[in-house]
Amino acid sequence: MMELFGPEEGHYALALGCVLALFQGTLPFLGKCRSLRSLATLAVPLAISQCGALLLSFICLILAAVRDDFSVKNIAENSALNKPMLYKIAGVWGNHEGSILLWIVILSLCGAAVACSGHHKTGLTSLFRAYVLAILGLISGGFQLFCLLTSNPFTRLIPMPADGLGMNPLLQDPGLAFHPPILYAGYVGFAVPFAFAVAALISGNVNSLWGRWVRPWTVAAWALLTCGITLGSWWSYYVLGWGGYWFWDPVENASLIPWLSGTALLHSAIVTEKRNGLKIWTVFLAIASFSFSLSGTFLVRSGILNSVHAFANDPARGIFILSLLGLISGGALFLFAWRAPTLNNGPLFSPVSRENALVFNNILLCSLCAVVLTGTLYPPFMQLLFGRTLSVGKPFFDSTTIPLVLPLLFGMGIGTSLSWRHASLGRTFKRLRPAFFLTLITAIPLYWNFRNILAFSAACLALWVITSSITDVVMRLRAVHTLRHLPRGIWGACLAHIGVGVTILGICGMDTAQHAIVASHIGEHHQLEGNDWLLTSVRSLNGPNYQALQADILVSHQGKEVATLHPSLRTFITPHQSTSEVAIHSSIRGDLYAVFGGVQHTNPETYILRLHDNPLAPWIWIGGLIMALGGLLSLPYHRFRYSKQNNLQKTHRTAVSRDHTPCL
Amino acid sequence: MSRSPLLKPSRKTTRLWILCASLLCLGSATFLVLNAFSSNIVFFMAPSQLRDHPPHPSRVVRLGGMVVAGSLHHHPNTPDTTFDVTDGQVAITVHYTGILPDLFREGQSVVAVGELQTDQSFKAQEVLAKHDETYMPKEVADALKRSGKWDPRFGPPPDAASWNRMTATSHDQHP
Repeated sequence: MMELFGPEEGHYALALGCVLALFQGTLPFLGKCRSLRSLATLAVPLAISQCGALLLSFICLILAAVRDDFSVKNIAENSALNKPMLYKIAGVWGNHEGSILLWIVILSLCGAAVACSGHHKTGLTSLFRAYVLAILGLISGGFQLFCLLTSNPFTRLIPMPADGLGMNPLLQDPGLAFHPPILYAGYVGFAVPFAFAVAALISGNVNSLWGRWVRPWTVAAWALLTCGITLGSWWSYYVLGWGGYWFWDPVENASLIPWLSGTALLHSAIVTEKRNGLKIWTVFLAIASFSFSLSGTFLVRSGILNSVHAFANDPARGIFILSLLGLISGGALFLFAWRAPTLNNGPLFSPVSRENALVFNNILLCSLCAVVLTGTLYPPFMQLLFGRTLSVGKPFFDSTTIPLVLPLLFGMGIGTSLSWRHASLGRTFKRLRPAFFLTLITAIPLYWNFRNILAFSAACLALWVITSSITDVVMRLRAVHTLRHLPRGIWGACLAHIGVGVTILGICGMDTAQHAIVASHIGEHHQLEGNDWLLTSVRSLNGPNYQALQADILVSHQGKEVATLHPSLRTFITPHQSTSEVAIHSSIRGDLYAVFGGVQHTNPETYILRLHDNPLAPWIWIGGLIMALGGLLSLPYHRFRYSKQNNLQKTHRTAVSRDHTPCL
Repeated sequence: MSRSPLLKPSRKTTRLWILCASLLCLGSATFLVLNAFSSNIVFFMAPSQLRDHPPHPSRVVRLGGMVVAGSLHHHPNTPDTTFDVTDGQVAITVHYTGILPDLFREGQSVVAVGELQTDQSFKAQEVLAKHDETYMPKEVADALKRSGKWDPRFGPPPDAASWNRMTATSHDQHP
């Protein structure tokens, strides 16, 4: 029975999914042309069955990996008999072909979710939904063709080897099981706002109702992407053992760029939803965010960006991917240039209002996005055009992003206190006064902990963001009296802003991090940042597919034991390679971080250790998780209630009636 | 009460304000980027380029090449290491304090980030070896092709130890 779900079945299911996706992508448009509504309604069952076929295909690949079917080339190259079961499963998406399949599966899940989303309650017409599904189907079909033609995970290998080549030891980590699926879900999630934007351009109608459909999808994708980036940063912190959390590597930037534009989209979609404004801009951002996500996932793999992370560089794939990227982004931008002028403009914004604060936020976020994009693309373009090999790193990004982040943080604190339409400056200042004093009180004692004024001012602004978010919610609570009456969106925004503040505080703390590289004998003491590090013993251990040498380091502060760290050095058998396992002791104050570097065979033996003291390091990832949690919390379920919808349509009508000046 | 026309919210003035804010922001972003490019760009150099055109002593460069087989020395009882990096023409001694990456091997490609010292040795702040054992950084491969030590059409790059011998003979011929 189990033999049914072998690689051939998986291959067939993938091909079937591809055909279904292409039908899903063309039938609604055909239905529109021939005015056959029944063709358009087929999009829903097609999306669901496409998702089913792809899930089956993915399960078949996992089963092949679990059964050690080395007749499948992908598994023979990336797996081995002695690999632990968790990594046999997680290893399926730890390589190029498998990760593309995972990407497509998540896209089809998004499609199925759109197909199943209740359209009656939200006022989403079935024709519009068919358009959205058609665009998702076209994207999905294109990438399934890419998967089938250039990077098929089910390619057979004849003759079948007795054992696989094994997996890159650096990827053998529990974090790998979660990081790629969540990050991909974030990347792929932006496909849904993109599809909504393109569908709106086709149908020529963008209003606040459209903003309401787009926003939950944007928030969900943004929260997942935030979570994915956080996990990735944490993974590189504890696996790569460099003691840092962000390296401004092209792959990391490729995830940061869509995150920045997605954050801008998130905020401009609020204006579209609440005030029926910034419509053209929101549509543009939706297109841009998904284009950046696509480039983030695939440009990296195409070999154009030369990166530490790129584990599959193949020029043949690059051309296919580039043309696919060009078709999707270029097509959408062409449609935008053609149809956007026909969209009518929203109401006027007064200079001091929430709307204008959000415009300010968008300008800053887009500038940040442009800066990171420039820094990432400049080296490959210089290489391409002038043949000069160069790189830009942390100093470049530090000196360009920090001056833009500081005003953004400052504005974050003020923006949430401004009211929609017209805000009075005096009342806003009054609202912000407690937050200002709280910041002042908490910031002054911090001054002596920071070495430079820049880190200190960033920390102050982070505190300002946190305190103003909290005081804002407290004031709103006093106005509505009960917790339940406060909309969830406000809680979500407050949490997300607090998360940003916490992350920035963590980054400022890491700016004061200290490290020492020492050559130590057993029983030797080392001093770092007031802590005493003592190497007590070194012993050898046997793991499932590796041998390890483990050190015991006792850390004490003023004679009191703080922690015992066990960094180790692992030597893997297949492939023959060694990795160092970092030992971290986390607390709210910061991390104690130790890396076992190697052994020198002197008499007595000398061990090379790297010891880090990283203040506030965990705050970076805690902040990221708080941000993601805030996003998930503000997923608006109850917004779709009828009473509110009527309210909204009323405001929409008044907004339209006020808007009689000619549009752009 | 009369207000200045720039404060009156009409579509034109709003657009003007937004345009001004965007231009200001993008302008300052451009300024920051250009400013950072002029001081923070790190150039990649092969050992022979480094010898021929030595950069300013405080300028950080990326030195790429192959680690000469047998040149790696750990200084006993310190975390200091030295090794030679070659592109087949010139070998430069690199001093590094710290833990070499897991994939660092003699005879394989490496990228060292640091500064050239006055004694023509190289002090590395960071040493990078790539994730894959068979992978050669593109910049190193290009440098090798330029120096004529490797034509990719004729198979994988030769062992770094053999280049060093080639280097010695070529030096004898052209003193």
